[in-house]
Amino acid sequence: MDAEIKMLKVHLAGELFEVPEGSTIMMAFEYAGFQLKRGVGCREGYCGACATVYREKGDYKLQGGLACQTVVTDGMTIAQIPFVPAEKPIYDLTQLSPDVSTFTELFPSVFRCVSCNTCTKACPQDIQVMDYIQAIIRGDIARAADLSFDCIRCGLCAMRCPAEIVQYNNATLARRLYGHYLAKKSPELEKRIIEIEDGKYDKQINDLNEMGKEELSKIYFNREIKIS
Amino acid sequence: MKIPYFPGCTLKTTAKNFEISAIASAKKIGIDFIELDRWNCCGVVSSLTSDDLMKHLAPVRNFLRVQEMNKQGIVENENRMVTLCSMCYNTLSLSNKRMKENADDLQKVNDFMHREEENYKGDVDVVHFLSILDEYGFDKLAQKVTKPLKDLKVASYYGCTLLRPKSVGIDDTEDPKILENFVKALGADAIDWDAKSRCCGSYHTVNNVDIVYRLVQGIVDDAKKNGADAIITSCPLCAFNLDVRQSEIKDKNPDYQTLPIYYFTQLMGLALEIDKQDLGLEFNKIEPEKLLKKLNLLS
Amino acid sequence: MAIKVKFKDKNDDFYKKIVELSGEQVALCDQCGTCSGGCPFIEEMDINPSEIMRKVMLGQKEVMDSRTMWICASCFTCTVRCPRELDVSKVSEALRQVKLRTAIDEISIADISKEEAKKLPTIAVVGNFRKFTG
Repeated sequence: MDAEIKMLKVHLAGELFEVPEGSTIMMAFEYAGFQLKRGVGCREGYCGACATVYREKGDYKLQGGLACQTVVTDGMTIAQIPFVPAEKPIYDLTQLSPDVSTFTELFPSVFRCVSCNTCTKACPQDIQVMDYIQAIIRGDIARAADLSFDCIRCGLCAMRCPAEIVQYNNATLARRLYGHYLAKKSPELEKRIIEIEDGKYDKQINDLNEMGKEELSKIYFNREIKIS
Repeated sequence: MKIPYFPGCTLKTTAKNFEISAIASAKKIGIDFIELDRWNCCGVVSSLTSDDLMKHLAPVRNFLRVQEMNKQGIVENENRMVTLCSMCYNTLSLSNKRMKENADDLQKVNDFMHREEENYKGDVDVVHFLSILDEYGFDKLAQKVTKPLKDLKVASYYGCTLLRPKSVGIDDTEDPKILENFVKALGADAIDWDAKSRCCGSYHTVNNVDIVYRLVQGIVDDAKKNGADAIITSCPLCAFNLDVRQSEIKDKNPDYQTLPIYYFTQLMGLALEIDKQDLGLEFNKIEPEKLLKKLNLLS
Repeated sequence: MAIKVKFKDKNDDFYKKIVELSGEQVALCDQCGTCSGGCPFIEEMDINPSEIMRKVMLGQKEVMDSRTMWICASCFTCTVRCPRELDVSKVSEALRQVKLRTAIDEISIADISKEEAKKLPTIAVVGNFRKFTG
């Protein structure tokens, strides 16, 4: 048994616990005996389900992060957030226009932005959140889509926003508008979709489906890899 | 001359005609607008309470961009930031004035923006394009005019935010002359009228449009009474109210005679003979070409 | 017409709050009426701006029930004409803020129709929300 592991004191949901140094916030909760049912997901920093707020000892800042990625420090005070309630209008992407009027209609609250930059400070993905919100306000949907590309929709921006904007839902709409209306169309892709629909690859797929595991792994490892 | 330029949100959307005509016209007289590469909403309309510092963050962030442009050598020793939109001008100027006059407020704002690379030092000046033209000289502008706007009778509409409050007004609050001087420099006739600085109803257009209809009709009627062929403005919100809301008055009342509304830079571009596409006339709601063609100002 | 004022009703806290928020010494108002005379919105108001000044001066919190401060569009016409150099627009703003700071919006931002959303310029929407939502 390794007796050298240092233990840190952390406050989890209002109670004091000792957890091993090096634990993430999520590991600390589970070490302390909590069973996380909400606010937990992929455990790898991709899904955005485990938004957490915490303060470090002696620091005035209320910080945010992903519980599965943030390592605890001694004296940390932590609150796990099951989810962030958010405004989510229903829309039909094919009936919209890729400009500012779509946001005036569906997300008017975006115009309440005061450029305080709190969203950017709260983002665990280091996204320039304020800048993409500002891009939306001036109708630059392509820029908003580009700047928000790494968003994992954890909700920390929306929770800290003094204007009560739901940034990540705005960003999702911007990316959808970009993909549907503004992104350069690929003629190769469209051609391939027609080929698939016409059944050009049906035989190959059927052949694969009927193969045993051994045969399948043989052709997998012998496959040609083209590096362009 | 290269000068940092703050466009504002609306000049990128419904008021594109204002921006493109201004940039092309300015270029004709040797003024290059260099758009701030990162900018945010000016924070319109200015917050008037003594506290509420958060509402002043937006303007100050834009001033930081001007500081950065000077530091990076994009402009040389140019602390002025030019605006076209009157409301941006007003909002930015009021915040700037507050920061310049109140060191405590400036300190608080700078402390809050700790993620920015620099503090705002308080030495940026917000200027409206009309003031730049005034400084350039209306006599000199008149010499650059290749197509004088002969016989065009123009009502110069200042609205509120170019003139009031006094501390940021670009001209006399009760008897402004700058737009009239501009109109004369283009070879057009500047009519005198009463409603030149009467409010158009502003943001009431969102939830109380009847107020706007009443005020717009009063303004347009006064312009017509004094013999104007057209009204010019430097505010995209006034332009929306005067142009789009006026056309709605016409929709409800077919006998109503409308007046075309232009941005002052569209007439400037016409007189300086910039490319027709840079006039952006297709964005004007009330038919803008008929009058100009009648006076042989547009082919 | 003589106006009866019952000083015992004066809500001093309310008066002080408006002075603090606006930064204007409302009690310096002479009641000359210039602000009301020049106001382009006067037709829409239930109480005119000079009456607002008087009611604030007397600490009459009922002034919050008036529509006037929501009709005022901060055009500053009153401000530039006040012989006492009082910024009446700031008093209006202070009154609006008293309500908005209790987290009660004056308008519902979801009420913008689809048709209007298509044409409204950004500047109108941003400005409107700044004045009518807290």
